[in-house]
Amino acid sequence: MADFEPRIVTFCCNWCSYAGADGAGVARLQMPTNFRIIRTMCSARVDPEFVLRAFAKGADGVMVLGCHPADCHYIGGNYRARRRIALLRMVLEQYGFDPKRLKLEWVSASEGEKFQKTIVEFVDTIKELGPTPLVKEEN
Amino acid sequence: MSKSALVIGGGIAGIQASLDLADRGIHVFLVEKDPTIGGVMCRLDKTFPTNDCSACILSPKMADCAGHPNIDVLTYHEVQKVEGQAGDFKVTVLKKARYVNPKECTGCGDCLAKCPVKNIPDKYEYGLVNRKAIYIPHAQAVPRVAIIDGERCNMIQKGKCGLCAKNCGKGAIHYDDKDEVITLEVGSIIAAPGFKVWNAETATEYGYGRYQNVVTAIEYERLMCASGPHRGHIVIPSSGEDPKKIAYIQCCGSRSEKKGWKKYCSSVCCMYAVKQAMITKEHGDLQEDIFFMDIRSYGKEFEAYIHRGEREYGINMHRAARVSNIEEDPVTKQLTVNYTDANGDAVSDVFDMVVLSVGLVPPEGAEEFAQTLGIELNEYGFCKTSVFHPLETTKPGIFVTGAFAAPKDIPTSVAEACGASAKAGAYIVDENFEPCAPKVYPPEKDVEGKEPRIGVWVCHCGINIGSVVDVPAVTAYAKTLPNVVLAEESQYACAQDCLESISAAIQEHDLNRVVVASCTPRTHEPLFREACRNGGLNKYLYNMANIRDQCSWIHMHEHEAATAKAKDLLRMAIAKARLLEPLVGAEIPVTNAAAVIGGGITGMTAALDIAAQGYPVHLVEREAELGGYARNFRFKEDGVDVQEFLADTIKKVESNPLITVHKNAVVKDIPGYVGNFKLQLEGGEEYPIGAVLFAVGAAAYQPTEYNFGSDPKVMTQTVAEKAMDDGSFKGKDVVFIQCVGSRNDKVAYCSRVCCAASCREAIKIKMADPTANVTIIHKDIRTYAFREELYYRACQMGVKFLRYNESEPLPEYDGNCVKVYDATLGAQVEIPVDTVILAAGIAPDRENKENLAKMVKVPISKDGFYFEAHQKLRPVDFATEGVYVAGAAHWPKFMDECIAQASGAASRMLTVISKDKLISEGITAVSNPDRCDGCGVCVGCCDYNAITLVEQPNGLVKSNVNAGLCKGCGCCVASCPAGAMEQRGFRSKQIIAEIDACLDFPVGGGE
Repeated sequence: MADFEPRIVTFCCNWCSYAGADGAGVARLQMPTNFRIIRTMCSARVDPEFVLRAFAKGADGVMVLGCHPADCHYIGGNYRARRRIALLRMVLEQYGFDPKRLKLEWVSASEGEKFQKTIVEFVDTIKELGPTPLVKEEN
Repeated sequence: MSKSALVIGGGIAGIQASLDLADRGIHVFLVEKDPTIGGVMCRLDKTFPTNDCSACILSPKMADCAGHPNIDVLTYHEVQKVEGQAGDFKVTVLKKARYVNPKECTGCGDCLAKCPVKNIPDKYEYGLVNRKAIYIPHAQAVPRVAIIDGERCNMIQKGKCGLCAKNCGKGAIHYDDKDEVITLEVGSIIAAPGFKVWNAETATEYGYGRYQNVVTAIEYERLMCASGPHRGHIVIPSSGEDPKKIAYIQCCGSRSEKKGWKKYCSSVCCMYAVKQAMITKEHGDLQEDIFFMDIRSYGKEFEAYIHRGEREYGINMHRAARVSNIEEDPVTKQLTVNYTDANGDAVSDVFDMVVLSVGLVPPEGAEEFAQTLGIELNEYGFCKTSVFHPLETTKPGIFVTGAFAAPKDIPTSVAEACGASAKAGAYIVDENFEPCAPKVYPPEKDVEGKEPRIGVWVCHCGINIGSVVDVPAVTAYAKTLPNVVLAEESQYACAQDCLESISAAIQEHDLNRVVVASCTPRTHEPLFREACRNGGLNKYLYNMANIRDQCSWIHMHEHEAATAKAKDLLRMAIAKARLLEPLVGAEIPVTNAAAVIGGGITGMTAALDIAAQGYPVHLVEREAELGGYARNFRFKEDGVDVQEFLADTIKKVESNPLITVHKNAVVKDIPGYVGNFKLQLEGGEEYPIGAVLFAVGAAAYQPTEYNFGSDPKVMTQTVAEKAMDDGSFKGKDVVFIQCVGSRNDKVAYCSRVCCAASCREAIKIKMADPTANVTIIHKDIRTYAFREELYYRACQMGVKFLRYNESEPLPEYDGNCVKVYDATLGAQVEIPVDTVILAAGIAPDRENKENLAKMVKVPISKDGFYFEAHQKLRPVDFATEGVYVAGAAHWPKFMDECIAQASGAASRMLTVISKDKLISEGITAVSNPDRCDGCGVCVGCCDYNAITLVEQPNGLVKSNVNAGLCKGCGCCVASCPAGAMEQRGFRSKQIIAEIDACLDFPVGGGE
């Protein structure tokens, strides 16, 4: 398992977390390469379908990053994202996925360091969990 | 047509001033004496404190200028004569012969190859390399065309040669070109000629010019830069090897009375030296030492930056260490730096290279320039201004911005440039003003039903991407992807030449999608979208892969994995691009009025500047009186009583028919969006406005230290100032304690104003009673720019300055004595006192800021001040359009800085509220009636009330989106159970295409 390199899809909202990811770059904060960012305007745009699609295609983990509570650029989008992700984690569990494979986190535009920390921790979590159960079945 | 404005100087200040005027609908002549705009900033490598690549953030603005329909960029032109007066100037301008027609030249460089005159020092590279007699100034030059140095060209001087003309396929070279004189009629003028770096040869003790390995900071900037003479590889000049030890010597040319040196502080050198040391560490492992007297990190987030340099990068900081001289080993060319350390001991250390942090001096020919314009210079040779009118020269209608007024950093220059354009605009905008006609683009090509034809550009970004990601491999990979018909590499994709080639390629290759893999869409998407529009392509048919900020910068040591990631990101971007569709934004009407929150000097200045251009302003003040914190100021500024100025300003504001003052007023909410906000006050009033400024200031830190409040001997600077003014100040043994409430564990930042304030008060005490014992206990003295004069005078008058170590706790005070460890003496000292004056810093007043921030969704920095859109180039804008910040709400600052920044914010607001309409983003939700069941989940989901259920003629209920109200978050789309709701630009199938493109392939796409 030592050479297991997880594949992680990360959804970032345009205003806070995507800017936070850029901020990590500006500050040259180094982190693992395992994640690929998909930009949406708001974390509430992340349709549960997108998350399920990513898992169905073999993602080992999915992250949804949004603005901090009360800081959403669109008033309350992040609260909706929070409710959706909570439900989705329950669904995932029923499909046999550890709900820890789906993570929701708040990263503001000025939190490059938090972005880095979030990525590092999530990559570690997924490495501990091992490859997606989906791939195991196909094998 | 209405009068034009003239901007002299094409550096960042002149560029920003031109852009703001042009966006206000005013026609601008931008005159630059060099063959390219960009000034000094485009020669810098990175910029502090974000370490943004200088060219990357400036290039878009240069391109904006060149492409702006309201700006005539006149490079290689020089102003010769100015006649007339404000509102009606006649300006004679010399158009210098280029010998190359810029309209015919394509910048291909073929002409350069054969030129036999090779040994001319390249001014752009500060003489580090040579150029030919025909040359292109540099890769990002605007315009990027060749020019002949007439004084060195054999053909022009001797009539022999002509090789370049033979080599030019376009016939663009004309040896008979002559200087011409043109006349411009303008209403107002902005002078932004910038600065010059101090001549380091004056410092003979440092051996610059004699010792090969002693370089100036500006030369070093080029040596570090990817586009510089060594392609960003830092080498020892004498040997070409990698340096192992570098010394940076501060205050070279500044803060000294030595012959040829300058008394003032150059304001920016501390920060740029730490930046250079940090970036050098990123190039390779080495030892770096900075020698300085005080570290002056007074700006926004500067203090944290210095700490990062010291603690994370391991840069050795030698405080209170002035270098006496440098000696060179004639054989090894290594340099011995002799200095006195903080303990007063003589020390020597050997370095491979020495970088001199040279200061800023007035620009070349400043005196002549001032004479031409009829303006006065100050005692230091910079443009004369005053505290209350920081943007005005001594001649009405002529304004100043940038380093010509005083040494200053880029964000200050940008804010002031905006401010100068507000002032200059007021001389042009009258009741008969007609704005310039909007830009006309080529018709957009019809892409409906056509197979995607995608053009891809992959950017090296100098070495920012190219040194980590294998750009040629990524480009080659792009060519293998479906629908990609063109894939090219670019040194700087955002440079004018690349943007033009994107526009041209859309036509030549019949492209109907464009993808650029470079930096972040947050800063650069508008630029590339504009290039698409110039090529006749709808701007929404453009997509971006972020392979710098989110790839090369965060995976600097993982070349293979970063390259694989870049390929994945590009493949995902292309997959989405394939499905993009042209969009048209809705027209939004604009309310031609503004609101300013905060009635201090900042708010009042902004309100007056907006009203001066004929727009109504609501000025909201929570207290019963206007004036803000300046009501506490008792000392005169430039010989004028602050209270008189304040009373005069309040009178102007209150008597201005366009300004409505709301006192004792609290803002309840500011719903709406750019162009269409509603200012709602607690009293229930509501006013429509188009833009809003947060000028809410900050608060004075209330000390809990030194028994403040219970011990009558202990007072703050503000209280002391009042006591000195009314004659009740009786202190004879006075100690000032600096950094109370600043630069400590809880408040990390420097409050910027306290050092100068203490020096001033100390001078007052000494003037009133020369026998008084006055001591200032400090960590660093930060009297930057011309405020150094205060420090100097205080020293002269016998004020004692006593430095304690930054790591030590605050000095102790027992009610009679102040006890402190004197770092210079190396001993504990006790100073008997009858008065202790605390330099209590500026507190952010976070709660008040947060309340307002929540209403319009703008961020607050970790220090508690407002967090602007971009620290360097958008200092008064928020990321949320239509909302602005200025004054101490942005960061602690002096009154003149607040006034200049307020004008800057006013200018930014005018670019919005002066328009009749704005075009909204095309990214909005849209409902498909064929799939909509009319369940209404989306209606409850929308926080903007943009969705309604509408009954159809057939009796069915369907959801309907109001595109003007829709903000494009996409929340309703994810909530729709029927899949009827879609988000333009972020359609489900487009996002799913990205997910699939990510995961359907092995990492890096496989071979």
